[in-house]
Amino acid sequence: MTDTAAAPAQVPLVDYLVLGDRPHLVAHQCTSCGARFFDRRNACAGCFGTSFEPAEVATEGEVRAFTIVTFAAPGVPVPFVSAIVDCGGTSVRGNIINTEPDPEHVKLGMQVRLATFSLGTDDNGTEAIGFGFEPA
Amino acid sequence: MAENVYILGINMTKFGKHADKDVVDLGAEAAMAALADAGVTMREMGILAAGNLMNAGAGFGQRLQKQIGQTGIPVYNVANACATGATALRTVIMAVKSGEVDYGLAVGVEKLAGAGLLGGGGSAKKDGKVWEPSGRFGAVAPTDGRIGTDAMPGTFAQVGMEYGHKYGGASFELFAKISEKNHAHSVLNPLAAYSKRFTLEEIMGDMMIAYPNTRPMCSANCDGGAAAVVVSESKLRTLSLEQQRRAIKISASVLTTDPYEEACQVLPNVNTLTRNAAKIAYEQAGVGPEDLNLVELHDCFATAELVHYDNLMLCPEGGAVDFFNSGAPWRDGSTPVNVSGGLQSKGHPISATGIANIWEVCHHLRGEAGPRQIEGAKVGLAHVIGLGSACGVHILEKSAA
Ligand SMILES: [Zn+2]
Repeated sequence: MTDTAAAPAQVPLVDYLVLGDRPHLVAHQCTSCGARFFDRRNACAGCFGTSFEPAEVATEGEVRAFTIVTFAAPGVPVPFVSAIVDCGGTSVRGNIINTEPDPEHVKLGMQVRLATFSLGTDDNGTEAIGFGFEPA
Repeated sequence: MAENVYILGINMTKFGKHADKDVVDLGAEAAMAALADAGVTMREMGILAAGNLMNAGAGFGQRLQKQIGQTGIPVYNVANACATGATALRTVIMAVKSGEVDYGLAVGVEKLAGAGLLGGGGSAKKDGKVWEPSGRFGAVAPTDGRIGTDAMPGTFAQVGMEYGHKYGGASFELFAKISEKNHAHSVLNPLAAYSKRFTLEEIMGDMMIAYPNTRPMCSANCDGGAAAVVVSESKLRTLSLEQQRRAIKISASVLTTDPYEEACQVLPNVNTLTRNAAKIAYEQAGVGPEDLNLVELHDCFATAELVHYDNLMLCPEGGAVDFFNSGAPWRDGSTPVNVSGGLQSKGHPISATGIANIWEVCHHLRGEAGPRQIEGAKVGLAHVIGLGSACGVHILEKSAA
């Protein structure tokens, strides 16, 4: 359990987002074949190797696919742009942020870079930080 | 030597709203009609495989037996996302092919009329009062909408957009035209949930769900059931000439899952497992895509239909846009695709879908499709895909007898 008295000022939305001066994503990389996974695996889905090491994911990439979601599950604010970004060979899913969510501003092949945003502060005064991609 | 297997009887209920019927009623309606179509009863069945995805733990197969005939045969309750119906059918086919049983019944049913968005969760997710990591990614808050989309319309929109990025030419208008085709086809299908033709302007101007998919470009949530009776060739040869004449040969029955590929953890790859299933199916059946007189493929969204032209090898690799623009997949084209109206108009009662598309193909191969008959149809292919992923491909042939 977290000691609330020593709660950090910020927490990442997900554990594969590393905060600090230079926010970036980190993956579990298979030491045999190089496949990268954002969640834990017992064996590599590609080669069944069982040894993994942390690997930093490039923070710049290219939009390989996107959609502009205008109708979502209850509680999910719309519109938002969901995209698949090729970050130097590692595919990352994230929202395209800091630009208008329309097909005039979001394009296939667009160059983007990782950016963070605040989800707000909880009752302990801790701020949650999420990530997305903004036009580079 | 493994047995050849045939569809002896098959049926789908009208797809749409069935407020007065529960899943057992709908499943029973389809199953009884399939048995009658086959000219047999529950007495002959050696196995029952049944699917009802939205209530997969409820033992739908046993409940169905109590409704139509309890003979003590094994029941396999299956769940495999949108490939559930195809999985039920494949289960029965494997049992008959192995020689363990002569006859089997596969049933799929779903009640989805009025259901909202699938895949993103039905009830509102709220942020907690304290950011507390939980789950596989140690998320401190819901991620749907914050780290891309979890829902089906956006997921399949990205699948189509990815194809466009790779090969070009996949505009909003092109995807809308695919939907225009399927809605036009549905006018001839009295069992479709929606049989209304839309203009391109109406489709593009309708409510946007997840760009580039507007509402008519998404599969329709509805109620429906479908069932098929499978028989071994050796048993079929003991039946009446009429039963033999109407029996449809299952030339290929294939189920695949998605092999590991980079990116599959962030966007399900619906391409490779479909291509793999198609390759195996063509080889099993000894036919090629050019031999197909009709194809029912899994157009859960207009953006999905485009990529499956390519995955099923109906066109050269990268050629799906040209294939569509040539008019090939229209009902008067060289490879008619989704002459039933597809999931966008016929509807998508999940577990029924993978048997209903087989019914559509059988209907044409038997020459019983009425006004929407594809004349002289001899070979057809039915495809479904369930995210997660599972892909079913069946190739069916008109009986020589
Ligand atoms: Zn590996």
